[in-house]
Amino acid sequence: MTLPQTVRINEIFDETRTVRTFVLDAEVQKAEPGQFVMLWLPGVDEKPISIAHPAPLTLTVARVGPFSTALHECKVGDRVGWRGPYGRGFSLRKDRPALLVAGGYGAAPLYFLATYAIECSVPTTVALGARRADDLIYVDRFRSLGIELILATDDGSVGHKGYVTDAILQFLTSNPQCSNLQPALYACGPELMLVALHRLCREHGIPGQLSVERYMKCGFGICGQCALDGYLVCQDGPVFDVGQLDGLSDFGRTRRSATGRRLPIQQPVTGNQR
Amino acid sequence: MAADLTTTLCGVRLPNPTILSSGILGLSHEIMVRVAQAGAGGVTTKSCSLKPRAGYPNPTILDWGPGLINAVGLSNPGIEVMVEEIQAAREQLAPLGVPVIASIFADTIYDFGTVARFISEAEPDLIEVNISCPNINSHYLQMFAADPYVAAQVTRRVKRNTDVPVLVKLSPNVTDIVEIAQAVVEAGADGITAINTLGPGLILDIETCRPVLYHETGGVSGPAIHPIAVRCVRDICRAVDVPVVAVGGVTSGRDVVEMILVGATAVGIGSAVHYRGIEVFREVCEEVREYMERHGYGRVEEFRGKAMR
Ligand SMILES: Cc1cc2nc3c(=O)[nH]c(=O)nc-3n(C[C@H](O)[C@H](O)[C@H](O)COP(=O)(O)OP(=O)(O)OC[C@H]3O[C@@H](n4cnc5c(N)ncnc54)[C@H](O)[C@@H]3O)c2cc1C
Ligand SMILES: Cc1cc2nc3c(=O)[nH]c(=O)nc-3n(C[C@H](O)[C@H](O)[C@H](O)COP(=O)(O)O)c2cc1C
Ligand code: FES
Repeated sequence: MTLPQTVRINEIFDETRTVRTFVLDAEVQKAEPGQFVMLWLPGVDEKPISIAHPAPLTLTVARVGPFSTALHECKVGDRVGWRGPYGRGFSLRKDRPALLVAGGYGAAPLYFLATYAIECSVPTTVALGARRADDLIYVDRFRSLGIELILATDDGSVGHKGYVTDAILQFLTSNPQCSNLQPALYACGPELMLVALHRLCREHGIPGQLSVERYMKCGFGICGQCALDGYLVCQDGPVFDVGQLDGLSDFGRTRRSATGRRLPIQQPVTGNQR
Repeated sequence: MAADLTTTLCGVRLPNPTILSSGILGLSHEIMVRVAQAGAGGVTTKSCSLKPRAGYPNPTILDWGPGLINAVGLSNPGIEVMVEEIQAAREQLAPLGVPVIASIFADTIYDFGTVARFISEAEPDLIEVNISCPNINSHYLQMFAADPYVAAQVTRRVKRNTDVPVLVKLSPNVTDIVEIAQAVVEAGADGITAINTLGPGLILDIETCRPVLYHETGGVSGPAIHPIAVRCVRDICRAVDVPVVAVGGVTSGRDVVEMILVGATAVGIGSAVHYRGIEVFREVCEEVREYMERHGYGRVEEFRGKAMR
């Protein structure tokens, strides 16, 4: 049975002007980094949100439309519902260093992965991209894990000036360690960033896992709404191996709306994190 | 001798009697192909209407244990998109010998004819008419499936607009499902699909005292409704001579056998895709084959309707 359970919001943090983190009075048993929950705001909607931390259940949400705006209006003590965890998460390779790449709120699920990588003693580097310094999230949290950080902003206000993918390329080519043993790449962020990373992984023979988003209704493989070519993102994903994404006609090109019509994927308004 | 599961439904050959039911995964041809590759003998598309519909906000589909409850609100991409999806699915499913059933609905009796004519351009193997939707011209917004006279009018309208064989899908939420079945068969239905979801039902979140579905009430499916579906199919098979596609809570080979024993020609599987995964089709067929071999049946016809004799 997977009816939503309603629980109180125990804490709310502002990450940036448009991104907030919500700590719920709940614990998710057996969650993998990269998995998601369906978050329910009674009377509003219910949407997939990645697990940023499983116990207590922590979610980091960007304000982009009606659902996320209503969530941002919630106060500590308000009740929200959740069900899950759902989907296939990241599977950490213990034989290679980990390179985590995040655009926007993608930093949240990768933080969960970073904590696990450290537990497993896997050397970890994190690359975070955003439009400007103010839009970077989770920087202090990653710093406190004591792992190497690569930052990239479009305006160069902090870190590398330009796309996070360019910063990674530099890292891969300048870091002598990488020429001995290529890291495995794990990424979450806007789809056009994922497309660039997919290409980078294929060109450099880097094993990669990318977390892809699609419109979801059921979250458990019944409605077909989240189809990405022949995959169901809610069950086969959201995390895919780069090889699974080779040659797909939807990846980087089309997503489905609530009706099921295909829409073109545009550069998201929230960032330029390619 | 290995048991032969092939079945003929309204003149259309199915490699086995299991069919993906409407509204489950049937939005895109890629996923329908995957379901066929997982062993389904036929696939039904999500019900489509003239115009695209977004349906209700979430939650729209929930698992409450013994079954699912859904209030999707008949969301669909509209007929133009569906015609393309059906054409692509037909092309890719032809080599597998798996037919495509196009499910349609409309708001008015007249529009049922228009949708039927339009969808026929995609040359589906069968058309399934979902009459369990509200009739906007009825004073009470009653569904078409609730009144034998209205259900017959819809059937006639569809038949006049297509040469494709027509299945009419009935709702169990009526006083006498047999009366509706007889009315649509008299009006020209080539076959019947039964049943659609039971209900509506209501589930609350007891902490907030709110319904869990956005739409509050929703149709109930899955194992919880199976015995009701079996009874409906038996009653319909007794009363009419056309083939029946039996739907409702079918989750295992024994459930398929049970439906065939009361007279079903083919068997729809929906919610069990959640309970057992997409592989449910191949697994269920294996279970049916095992039953047939145990009983020495070579073909499905040898036990079809056996519980009725
Ligand atoms: C597996 C998964 C995990 C997710 N994790 C998180 C998370 O951790 N944090 C978070 O903030 N959100 C996450 N999301 C996104 C989230 O589910 C909602 O899409 C988001 O909250 C928007 O809802 P809304 O009603 O506020 O805005 P909407 O009105 O639904 O969308 C706002 C704008 O974004 C556009 N848009 C929506 N989806 C896409 C898309 N896939 N590609 C391009 N444009 C799109 C819309 O067209 C619209 O312009 C995740 C989604 C998935 C599938
Ligand atoms: C999520 C969901 C969506 C459905 N959508 C449709 C639909 O669009 N058209 C239709 O005729 N039936 C629809 N149904 C009903 C199913 O086709 C089927 O008749 C019913 O679920 C009972 O079968 P089951 O117990 O095997 O699921 C839907 C059912 C579910 C669970
Ligand atoms: S969201 Fe329903 S199948 Fe993936």
